[in-house]
Amino acid sequence: MIGIVLKITLVLLAIAMLGFIYRLVKGPTTPDRIVALDAMGVILVSITAVLSMILGTSNFLDVILLIGILAFIGTVAYAKFLEKGEIIEYDRDQ
Amino acid sequence: MKTNDVIFQTVAKVVFFMIIFFAVHLFFAGHYYPGGGFVGGLLTSGAIVLLMLAFDMKTVKQGFSVDFKWLISLGLLFSAGTAAGSLIFNVPFFTHAYDYFQLPLFGKTSLHTAMLFDLGVYLVVIGVTMTIIQTIGESE
Repeated sequence: MIGIVLKITLVLLAIAMLGFIYRLVKGPTTPDRIVALDAMGVILVSITAVLSMILGTSNFLDVILLIGILAFIGTVAYAKFLEKGEIIEYDRDQ
Repeated sequence: MKTNDVIFQTVAKVVFFMIIFFAVHLFFAGHYYPGGGFVGGLLTSGAIVLLMLAFDMKTVKQGFSVDFKWLISLGLLFSAGTAAGSLIFNVPFFTHAYDYFQLPLFGKTSLHTAMLFDLGVYLVVIGVTMTIIQTIGESE
């Protein structure tokens, strides 16, 4: 029973991922694409969690936290690039 | 134009310690669980990069006043020293040893010299990543 539910969840997450890929390709502005990429990171976290439940292992739990951290840092770097034009500045007071 | 990113800077200060603790956990769990020196080092440099994004390179340099190129040589010294240390005990190169110890807080723990080799990998990964990012970021 739980296996069928998990497989249905995987299919739904894949459909959601396809929607974000559509926004990533079609999105008129750059912020649309960045938000789509960030949400794809969240979907990736969910897919990893469901897959670790299907496979019955707890070894993927580190991957979930890792994807969350990397998606956060990547989105912040993109946002700062859009805002200021450079990602790491030498002295922000001048 | 001076931008006011107080939310990002406050979040970065909190999240920095979460990432560092997660990296240390990955590093020490590497012998029995997924993880190890490479992922731990990459995540530690990711935390420092987050601080560089939130603040600037000058502020981060005041906090971590280490030359990351020295970190590379220190890590290589650790790894080569662990490998060469086995020659003292008249066993082949890279032979590792382990034993069980009663530590005060952790109880019965197995300490392995492979962890010293992993510490070298950790330092080299931090050094290389931060040197690359600093060199690219400083060029005007």
